[in-house]
Amino acid sequence: MSMPAADEHVQHLPIEFANEKESIKITGFWMFLVTDILIFASLFSTYAVMHNAVAMGPSSQQLFQMGPVMLETLLLLTSSFTIGLGIYAMRKGQARALIYWILLTILLGAGFVFTEIHDFVSFAAIHATWHTSAFLSAFDILVGTHGAHVTFGIFWAVTLLFQLKKRGITAQTARKVFTFSLYWHFLDIVWIFIYTFVYLNGRIG
Amino acid sequence: MSFSHLAHTLFPPSVRLPDILLIDVGLVLAGLGILGLLTKTRRWGWLWREWLTTVDHKKIAVMYMIAALVMLLRGGIDAEMLRAQLAAPGAHFMPASQYDEVFTTHGTIMIFFMAMPFIFALFNAVVPLMIGARDVAFPRLNAMSYWLFAAGAILFNLSFIIGGSPNAGWTGYPPYSELLFNPGPGENYYFLSLLIAGMGTTMTGINFLVTIVRMRAPGMTLMRMPLFIWSAMVTSALVLFAFPPLTVALAMSLFDRVFGSSFFTLAHGGMPMMYVNLFWLFGHPEVYILVIPLFGVFSEVVATFSKKQLFGYPIMVVSILAIMFLSYGTWVHHFFTMGAGPGVNVFFGLSTMLIAIPTGVKIFNWIFTMWGGRVQYTVAMLYQLAFIPTFVIGGATGVLLAVVPADYQFHNSYFLIAHFHNVIIGGTLFGLLSALYYWWPKMFGMKLNEQQGKWAFWLFFIGFWVTFTPQYLLGLKGMTRRIYTYPSGLGWHNLNVISTVGALIMGAGFVVLVFNLVWSYVYGERDLTGDPWDGRTLEWSLPSPVPEYNFARIPVVHSRDAWWDMKQKGQSLAALRPEDVHDIEMPKNSPIPFLLGVAFFVVGFGMTFKWWPIVIVGGLGIVLCLLFTGFDYDDHHHLQADTVRQSEASLGRLQG
Amino acid sequence: MLPMRFKKPYRKLMLVAMVAGLLSAGCGQQYVMLNPAGPVGQKELHLMILASVAMAIVIAVVFVLFFYAIIRFRDKPGNTAPYRPDWHSHKWLEILWWVLPAVLLTVIAIPTVKTTYALDRLPKSKQKPVVIDVTSLTWKWLFQYPGQQVATVNYAVIPTGVPVLFELTADSPMNAFWVPQLGGMEYTMPNRVLPLWLEASKSGIYAGRSGQYSGTGFEKMTFNIKAVSPQAFQTWAHETHSTARPMSMYDYNQLLKFNTVGTATYSNYPLDTFPTIASGFTLNGTGMYMTMRNKNSITYMPMSAKP
Repeated sequence: MSMPAADEHVQHLPIEFANEKESIKITGFWMFLVTDILIFASLFSTYAVMHNAVAMGPSSQQLFQMGPVMLETLLLLTSSFTIGLGIYAMRKGQARALIYWILLTILLGAGFVFTEIHDFVSFAAIHATWHTSAFLSAFDILVGTHGAHVTFGIFWAVTLLFQLKKRGITAQTARKVFTFSLYWHFLDIVWIFIYTFVYLNGRIG
Repeated sequence: MSFSHLAHTLFPPSVRLPDILLIDVGLVLAGLGILGLLTKTRRWGWLWREWLTTVDHKKIAVMYMIAALVMLLRGGIDAEMLRAQLAAPGAHFMPASQYDEVFTTHGTIMIFFMAMPFIFALFNAVVPLMIGARDVAFPRLNAMSYWLFAAGAILFNLSFIIGGSPNAGWTGYPPYSELLFNPGPGENYYFLSLLIAGMGTTMTGINFLVTIVRMRAPGMTLMRMPLFIWSAMVTSALVLFAFPPLTVALAMSLFDRVFGSSFFTLAHGGMPMMYVNLFWLFGHPEVYILVIPLFGVFSEVVATFSKKQLFGYPIMVVSILAIMFLSYGTWVHHFFTMGAGPGVNVFFGLSTMLIAIPTGVKIFNWIFTMWGGRVQYTVAMLYQLAFIPTFVIGGATGVLLAVVPADYQFHNSYFLIAHFHNVIIGGTLFGLLSALYYWWPKMFGMKLNEQQGKWAFWLFFIGFWVTFTPQYLLGLKGMTRRIYTYPSGLGWHNLNVISTVGALIMGAGFVVLVFNLVWSYVYGERDLTGDPWDGRTLEWSLPSPVPEYNFARIPVVHSRDAWWDMKQKGQSLAALRPEDVHDIEMPKNSPIPFLLGVAFFVVGFGMTFKWWPIVIVGGLGIVLCLLFTGFDYDDHHHLQADTVRQSEASLGRLQG
Repeated sequence: MLPMRFKKPYRKLMLVAMVAGLLSAGCGQQYVMLNPAGPVGQKELHLMILASVAMAIVIAVVFVLFFYAIIRFRDKPGNTAPYRPDWHSHKWLEILWWVLPAVLLTVIAIPTVKTTYALDRLPKSKQKPVVIDVTSLTWKWLFQYPGQQVATVNYAVIPTGVPVLFELTADSPMNAFWVPQLGGMEYTMPNRVLPLWLEASKSGIYAGRSGQYSGTGFEKMTFNIKAVSPQAFQTWAHETHSTARPMSMYDYNQLLKFNTVGTATYSNYPLDTFPTIASGFTLNGTGMYMTMRNKNSITYMPMSAKP
């Protein structure tokens, strides 16, 4: 499975980088994250442009509630911490601990998604859907894309649990968990931007 | 839904035109013929094992190239139809609504489904060979890219048979492309097929960037990479940065149409100008995605056929990087007339002029590569020689368009049409054809007939100028793009006739080209040396066609033009010692990429008509494919050293 | 600046080189971009000519080198040209071809900047401009004169020698307002108002059209701009206002239909058809750009400088 010649000089690296083939996949995943950053950048700029295009609908000041948003922030930031601890356990070879940390991350992520859906449903109840205005369209697609990413991440993490259970920590499973953690941290960073530029800024005006 | 309603949805009057019905019959007959042939010759297993499930970059290259040539035919027929309609004032060669569809599909197909796959065919065919690698970084992802492209291309082309083609131009500007003005499925086809193909393109960009960054042969430092590799790397980076804004713009438009959002709509405060900005934030880098790879091709071709080292290699690298960065700062020049204010317009006008400088530098370097060399007029080189003057003139008219106040006049006139065909045909198409003749022996193991190739070349070259010179003049006469017809008395008639004649000449060039390909496939001179042009880069060190594993032993690179250098040092083709050959790890074929393409096609088709059960079925298919890939650890196999030795010995490349 | 001072000779040179060739075909007048009838089109033509000359220099240099190289160095037996397969750099040559295009582009760039800014401002010394509110509809043009209280469809009358400020919007997909002989185009966009000033120096009829595709009837979106003397313009406006019938909301809604119509003249029009148009447009979105205008405070002067 390993490629002998290429591996020798990288033995001191963490397990997910130790195999050349897996390490190349991590590079590839970074490139994917670049494209995802640009997706979010485009969505953010759209939101910035359309922020005031409220038509007959509500404005951000009238709409946003900070309570649920604070809860979402807390849940997601904590989950970023727990997956970090998971990687720490993985590098020490503690498969069981890793599985528990991932489980906890999944639960926190699910809590985030649940709160967000609840928030969106409450908007829909007052007919603030994305049909109402360009502003709400831009808001929904930005926050919704992030939420969809988190949801996808949860399912991804579940498949990782099965693989870890079956195979333990190998070069391949370690790489998969590591790329998942990159993805998760990335979503956390995006959320911080959403929190600042959409919610905080939106409350102020 | 009643049967008659279903029939009307799938076959509205716009697809029941006589010419389309005739094509329908032809396609059905051709399809049945292919199915029958496959069954009769018992090729189904072969098709599945060798092509549909392959992850070999060389075979994927062949599939890309076939698709691109078919799309060139389709886009070319569209062009001939447009020219036929415009040949006479007040003509009704076809209905106005069909004309709108044809110019939309002509542009979309030529850019997204002809030029892009053709470029990816070249990347797949050559990049791993040039950098001394056995495959791309992610072979299965590479196959997925291809099948997503194929799904998008088939979905797009289906539109003119079922449901009706898109008709909002290749840019698909809202609000004309929104539901209010465009209630049919056509624009859904447009947005969905570009989204699906765009995903594949993004993955290709990631794949080749990682391949070039991480998988070069030992000794191939950045400044020893062939220029084509530089251009592939820069192009991949451009893809990475350009396609996300397009994805966002397309998705928002699609949501406006299918899910009732209000991004770009006339009502509810929608802002169409945001679409225009996002589209061109993609669109301008896209122009360079289309031409930079061909700058790479020309740099290889001119050195090979001048028997001389490329002039000013470091400057070539610097200029290509400069173009990459500048190309992100020019997108507003596509809409100086959108009232951005003088400050913004001036900034983007000047940045556009700036980008002409590194481009000009490249032209001078190519000329001076020939200076002091020995220029061979092969077909590949003829396209290069046609490219230089053509592209210089196209670039010059581009600078004219960058002069903001002049652009207020030129914008959307035939002057603009002539300009961008001048650079896209003169740069991209001539480059692609140059590459086709240059690398064909490597891909297929036989040379293309030079005599026939020269006929095709002269027809293309002369036809090009006969078509587009009158269009510059028509622009000065005030003819605007996309008009269906015009009254007589404006002085547009004669020029349009000349232009149509030119288009027919180019069409004849395409026919000769296809004849050349088929003739050479059957009777062409086999390439037994693997190095028919006395080449300079590593792909020519391999036999033609290249064995599955590419390199029996990974080469060590000591200089630029690595293979030329090896030949100068007297290393022969049969330099391989048996003990240098080891087991080789190869990626395993997989049905997943193909099935994923099918699943995306199903989703796209279902969503075009808003048939949600079909969308759900396709969506489940996507999920299953991803799950299977996630749990599949059995993705490679080992070629035994003995097998490789036998293969090399049969090619006469093993010592002793 | 330097290039502007030389514009007359340039023009002569180009008129000889370019237009003469075209005139010989017997239809010079039909090259509308090269026959401007007002200061805006004139300025744009000057820049076209200047840039063409600079680019012609580049093209000439490249062509000479190119044809010399491919003829002198072709691979044929007995070619005596020096063969230097490893010659790959020359410092001064390479510097030269960074500098040469840069210089030529600077020559183009400076007047480009000046003219771009100049065209964004109404000329200061002139009298008060005539304002025409233009709405592109599918597929026709509506012209409304807020100062004269008249409206026309598919044609407009303007005075000569007076700048005309066109305020452009759309109650339709995007179009582009273009009268080539008077000057360059500007988009008409829903939910936005964009300004464009043009001026006719001499009286005449100038053809206009839409430069942006907006559906099957768009090539029929042509209109004539009739330039007449200021006195004749006043007379026309006065007579129209007192004799034609006013435009009703019903008339406007008829215009919203997807069809082409002939010309029409109205003595008045419902005020809220521009720029807040029937379907509840909102102009309170600021957008990225500067020219959003508040309907309630019509200043007729959304451009950067006031006269």
